[in-house]
Amino acid sequence: MSTMTADTASAVRTGAEPPRRVSPRRTLSHGLTLAWRNIAQLKHSPEKLLDVTLMPIVFLLLFLYVFGGAVAGDTHSYLQKLLPGLVAQMAMFATMGLGTALAEDIQKGVFDRFRSLPIARSAPLIGTVLGDTVRFLMVVTVLVGFGTALGFRFHTDPLSVLGAFALAYVFYLAVSWVSVLVGLLAPGPETVQGLAFLWVMPLTFGSSVLVPDTSTMPGWLQAWTKVNPVTHLADAVRALTTGGPVGNHVWYTLAWAAGIVLVTFPIAIRMYNRRA
Amino acid sequence: MSDVIRAEGLRKRFGDTQALDGVDLTVRRGTVLGVLGPNGAGKTTAVRVLATLLKPDAGRAEVCGYDVVRDSVRVRAKIGLTGQYASVDEELTGTENLVMIARLLDFSRREARARAKELLARFSLTDAGGRAVKTYSGGMRRRLDLAASLINRPEVIYLDEPTTGLDPRARGEVWDTVREVVADGASVLLTTQYLEEADALADRIAVFDHGHVIAEGTSAELKARAGRQTLAVRAADLYRVEQLTTIVADLTGARPEVQAATGLVTAPIGDPAVLSAVVRRLDEAGLVAAELALRMPSLDEVFLTLTGHHAEPAATETVTEGSLV
Repeated sequence: MSTMTADTASAVRTGAEPPRRVSPRRTLSHGLTLAWRNIAQLKHSPEKLLDVTLMPIVFLLLFLYVFGGAVAGDTHSYLQKLLPGLVAQMAMFATMGLGTALAEDIQKGVFDRFRSLPIARSAPLIGTVLGDTVRFLMVVTVLVGFGTALGFRFHTDPLSVLGAFALAYVFYLAVSWVSVLVGLLAPGPETVQGLAFLWVMPLTFGSSVLVPDTSTMPGWLQAWTKVNPVTHLADAVRALTTGGPVGNHVWYTLAWAAGIVLVTFPIAIRMYNRRA
Repeated sequence: MSDVIRAEGLRKRFGDTQALDGVDLTVRRGTVLGVLGPNGAGKTTAVRVLATLLKPDAGRAEVCGYDVVRDSVRVRAKIGLTGQYASVDEELTGTENLVMIARLLDFSRREARARAKELLARFSLTDAGGRAVKTYSGGMRRRLDLAASLINRPEVIYLDEPTTGLDPRARGEVWDTVREVVADGASVLLTTQYLEEADALADRIAVFDHGHVIAEGTSAELKARAGRQTLAVRAADLYRVEQLTTIVADLTGARPEVQAATGLVTAPIGDPAVLSAVVRRLDEAGLVAAELALRMPSLDEVFLTLTGHHAEPAATETVTEGSLV
């Protein structure tokens, strides 16, 4: 019973035996402390948010005015299709910084300090993923804010809109674990970015993000976009924010998110433990 | 239980390198074990195994009675780790770093802030507490590192080359801190490349070479193993050096070395009793000694005797690196 309630600090104070395992509740609390660390870092160097602030603006402007006329006839109606798609794409892009940050922590020895503490080995990884929520919020805020200024309007009820962003966030959290894996696999922080592009690019461009109607694509690409979870996320967000049939896109997206976490999370923890 | 660390037959291999090749170590409670050896001798690997960061390929180790592999979470509750690899977060302030680690050790928010303040004051970092660590000097950073490893009042502290790269003043500060920590009752395992550091801080010294402990004992014991002592005498009157040299040669049966500049006469001796004979002869001759001592061999001489090579090849490496630039 004592192992259920005893924590490290009280064990030190009372001289009692420290707990043998770290309970899930304490792991979550340690994860939140480490998420706070990421946010404190941003407070000292807000320039770290520059990429997630500027990227949505640049991509929105570029895609809107390059493709708008060709894909949808006019930019205004394309904006209504493009913006929800960009929420999906930018969420994926936002996870890329995570791998770099992780590789830096490992290189600088910060993670060895964490590994020498009586906390769960998963806590630093969970903390990094949760702390990066700030980047997701930034991407969505800038996209919606800037998009609204350009003429984007929600056409559904607030609950559906909230559901759309919640779905994007769930998928973002799942994909973060892929970034964690890349960060752990990369030989150093410099190589993470390049590796990340390798998987983010085909996933986000080979989807319905930029071109909602995929029927003009060659068959093999159509097959790819159909299974690509980013397509399902983009279509789900599109339907939930601008109207239209939601179909099974929400369930496909959630199933993909669950599948990604089930595969990458245990591998990431194992790799993190083995990393000497 | 008087041993806080007990390791038997630790082995660890990385690719072609046998980093640990059957290492036995013990650290008695409240003492400092100095692990001395050149780069690549296996010191850091040993610390990483004992700090539960690495699993050994073979052998076993207990820290505070807990097995480092099976009971690693409990071991981690008992230890503090500072060194070249376990580091603080440069992007955060000193206070934020300490509060974060205290929170990870399940201190409440208030307790965490109080403990951080207390440690910053103790390590003379109160004024720097609100600044990002990347603005700290090397010495300040090491002190913060050390403070971070003391938050939960660990019973065992690992210091992995705590003064490598520090200037002599900063090194002295770290040494003082280590002595304080030991005075508070902690046990310390300290790795170092500096013979002087092991001599100054350690109660016992384990000499590592190529993944083996090649010698273990107190500084005095190790020096005794390296063999003979040296007699050193200096006459108060420099012009009587020749007379002094004759006396020393006569009593030691060796040919003394004479430093021309200082007039110091030295000769190896086999029997420490020679010292009193020297004193009598100087007295009879009316020679006043400004300096008279029996010197133990230096730890570098010990290392040379034990391993056949010098302990600090770093000096020549630095020259080569410098010439490349």
